[in-house]
Amino acid sequence: MSEVLERVVRPAAEAELASIVKEAVTSKSSFQIRGGDTRPIGNPLAAAQVLETGGLTGITLYDPGALTLVARAGTPLSDIEAALDAEGQMLPFEPMDHRALLGTTGTPTIGGVVATNASGPRRLKAGSCRDSLIGVRFVTGEGEVVKNGGRVMKNVTGYDLVKLMAGSYGTLGVMTEVSFKVLPKPQATAVLLFEGLDTAEATACLADAMRSPFDVSGAAHIPVGVDGAPVTMIRIEGLEQSVSYRADALAKELRAHGTAEIETDPVRTEAGWRYVRDAEAFSGKPGDVWRVSVKPSDGQRVIAAAGAEDAFLDWQGGLVWLRMAEGVPLRDRIADIPGHATLIRGAGQRAFQPEPMALSRLAQGLRAKFDPHSLFNPGRMI
Amino acid sequence: MQMPDPNQMILDRKAHIVARLQDVLPDDAVIHSDNEVRAYECDALTAYKCPPLAAVLPANTAEVAAVLRICHEERVPVVPRGSGTSLAGGALPTADAIILGVSKLADVLETDYDNRFIRVQTGRTNLSVTGAVEHEGFFYAPDPSSQLACAIAGNVAMNSGGAHCLKYGVTTNNLLGVTMVTMEGEVVEIGGAHLDASGYDLLGLICGSEGQLGVVTEATLRILAKPEGARPILMAFDSNEVAGACVSDIIRAGVLPVAIEFMDRPCIEACEAFAKAGYPDCEALLIVEVEGSEAEITEQLEAIKAIAVTHNPVEMRESKSAAESAAIWLGRKSAFGAMGQINDYMCLDGTIPVSELPLVLRRISELSDEFGLKVANVFHAGDGNMHPLILFDANKPGDLETCEAFGAEILKLCVEVGGCLTGEHGVGIEKRDLMHVQFDHADLEMQLRVKDVFDPGWLLNPAKVFPLDVTEGRRQ
Ligand SMILES: Cc1cc2nc3c(=O)[nH]c(=O)nc-3n(C[C@H](O)[C@H](O)[C@H](O)COP(=O)(O)OP(=O)(O)OC[C@H]3O[C@@H](n4cnc5c(N)ncnc54)[C@H](O)[C@@H]3O)c2cc1C
Repeated sequence: MSEVLERVVRPAAEAELASIVKEAVTSKSSFQIRGGDTRPIGNPLAAAQVLETGGLTGITLYDPGALTLVARAGTPLSDIEAALDAEGQMLPFEPMDHRALLGTTGTPTIGGVVATNASGPRRLKAGSCRDSLIGVRFVTGEGEVVKNGGRVMKNVTGYDLVKLMAGSYGTLGVMTEVSFKVLPKPQATAVLLFEGLDTAEATACLADAMRSPFDVSGAAHIPVGVDGAPVTMIRIEGLEQSVSYRADALAKELRAHGTAEIETDPVRTEAGWRYVRDAEAFSGKPGDVWRVSVKPSDGQRVIAAAGAEDAFLDWQGGLVWLRMAEGVPLRDRIADIPGHATLIRGAGQRAFQPEPMALSRLAQGLRAKFDPHSLFNPGRMI
Repeated sequence: MQMPDPNQMILDRKAHIVARLQDVLPDDAVIHSDNEVRAYECDALTAYKCPPLAAVLPANTAEVAAVLRICHEERVPVVPRGSGTSLAGGALPTADAIILGVSKLADVLETDYDNRFIRVQTGRTNLSVTGAVEHEGFFYAPDPSSQLACAIAGNVAMNSGGAHCLKYGVTTNNLLGVTMVTMEGEVVEIGGAHLDASGYDLLGLICGSEGQLGVVTEATLRILAKPEGARPILMAFDSNEVAGACVSDIIRAGVLPVAIEFMDRPCIEACEAFAKAGYPDCEALLIVEVEGSEAEITEQLEAIKAIAVTHNPVEMRESKSAAESAAIWLGRKSAFGAMGQINDYMCLDGTIPVSELPLVLRRISELSDEFGLKVANVFHAGDGNMHPLILFDANKPGDLETCEAFGAEILKLCVEVGGCLTGEHGVGIEKRDLMHVQFDHADLEMQLRVKDVFDPGWLLNPAKVFPLDVTEGRRQ
């Protein structure tokens, strides 16, 4: 995505941003919205200028006793994670770092996390970014400042535009501030590791783990692990004693699938889940990278039908990561499996799954209301 | 609370409209006699009543679509209805509106335990969703106190919560997909059994849209494996402030209970009188529930007790048996019923940042003196969702108005301290005219434009959620 761009604007405040957009309405000059530029996901876009959010930074409110954090959209994710860490808390949804996979080098911002709804392995238990997002402020395509949601975790006042902004890839507005429900960091982690299961066996094993009462917070299967053998990973988190109890009980319950090795070393468990979260297996390797969302038991069908160079399952099989030869029309190959595929890295195909008429009409309708002059990220998503 | 005047042209065409509806539905599914439509004149906000033009009870999505096409052609407003337990007047009709009830749509369409979802028709009650999966050790997490009666339809429309949502989230966090019929009669499928729907998050937008964007006929819901066990502990304190501080400390300490419920003295006394739960004599009471295996429950309760002790509780009562657990919950669960015994009451639903709890409770008691009406507080303290119950006498002229004015002040206070007007009951008509307190013109206008996309003619539940003067130009 190396468009030649003419101009970079970098407002330092929301009001300044709003007036820049108002001017752009008159001059009909579109924007590529850029946070850290670490997640250039979506269709190629051609915009007259770059609008950087990096000038809108700072945590504006952090109330650990209420599990809430509010920050300006350009705040580096690392600042937010450091602040939370100091209080033993975290963003529940384990946002992925796309840099190694996409070969980008910037500093991820919290706005970029929200715009791409970036969510990692814990999504299975804690929901995705949109589930933790409780408030937004954004500037519309007409330069109006709009707020929705707020800083409290239970709020049904008016329509939920908060969810709508998450995962809209900068096509509905420029977010200036985002609020989250956060969670206590788990004291301890244990990972059950099964070696040598084929994808069908692993799928059954993960399903059984999720049917157990042991509150699994990660369920992945890597058909070709680092040492060449398949690895199935199941994560349990929480208070110290509770974790060791649940890990043992779960291993017992899953005995039919083999003997689990239980890993509790924090450095190793963290590295293992980072490997899954960031699709590290694919970084530096050629080819298109796809992310396919299906019902968990269909993950294995996607792998069987895709003919990928490499593939693995997260979210119990509900998220399939595929590395394919360039240009292979994956969507044709898996057309009979309900769900959708996103092209995360690669060119020549639509990044987002084409939607049925009725839905795409609604989406177009919304875009026309939020950004009537198509100023923001034109072409990126719809 | 004002409602728009009915459109005389619609009233005059009643016979014609009813006849058209009878063309597409069985006779008994079109209710139009003056007597029978009264059954649909209100929801649980019973202070406001108005019989609809007619009520229809379609039995499947195709019938819903046929009804909506007719109403769209005839320009008749439609008010969707689940079980009618809304406390906000969400299902209140106008005299020129058709009530579209989904109570006949009550089937389970699919259960899938490996993928942990259930697909149901939305007229099904909340509790019977859990009922359909509990034999396999599963449950549906959002648990409004009205769960015996309320339908998934209303839960989705209001984005309902419950006592256990501190851990499990509210409806929107447990909804995977819907089948929805637009006002034009078009059937759209959003999401499904996969974890994330594609494109814009229309599912998130539909959930909580109070029946204004479409009629939801089917829903795919996340079901979860039941924890091994659960146990509550009851903790009594001699002031609201101290109980509030204790809540904050528990949350900060990294223990995440499934529920933290708070009751103040007036509420405790009413519940005692009604349910005889044997609650201690105290100013404020917390019920904290944790889940897991025996060992995990003990570990969490120990941590919680250690925190509570630093706040000098008057009493701590840890359940030792299922019967004791039931006794601890009994009072809380019968709180609304108990209040209803003593008085008429209005149940508010604002949310505040947990840290503002002591201040807000103090202000509420001052306001209670000013307005001369008693108030009892019971709420989900873990997430700051308050339920002040204002007691009044519906037979006393002016009391309802005073009560509403008092309620409005409390809700303004919630917004002032950084919270919101409604945490789970929805805006409906009840909080409609207070939307300006929380939202600027541009905030509201953006929401109205969303409705313009889904329902350009403003026929679906048009007199709700937004102040009437704001929507006047859009409603016909
Ligand atoms: C005693 C009591 C306790 C309660 N406790 C709680 C609680 O703990 N938590 C909580 O969140 N709420 C609670 N409520 C409020 C109420 O039960 C919820 O709002 C519930 O979700 C309403 O469901 P219903 O099926 O009765 O909906 P209704 O009252 O019939 O309708 C509610 C709204 O949904 C819309 N609607 C209905 N069906 C559809 C459809 N098919 N498509 C689109 N829109 C539709 C209606 O137009 C209306 O706006 C309580 C109510 C009572 C009376």
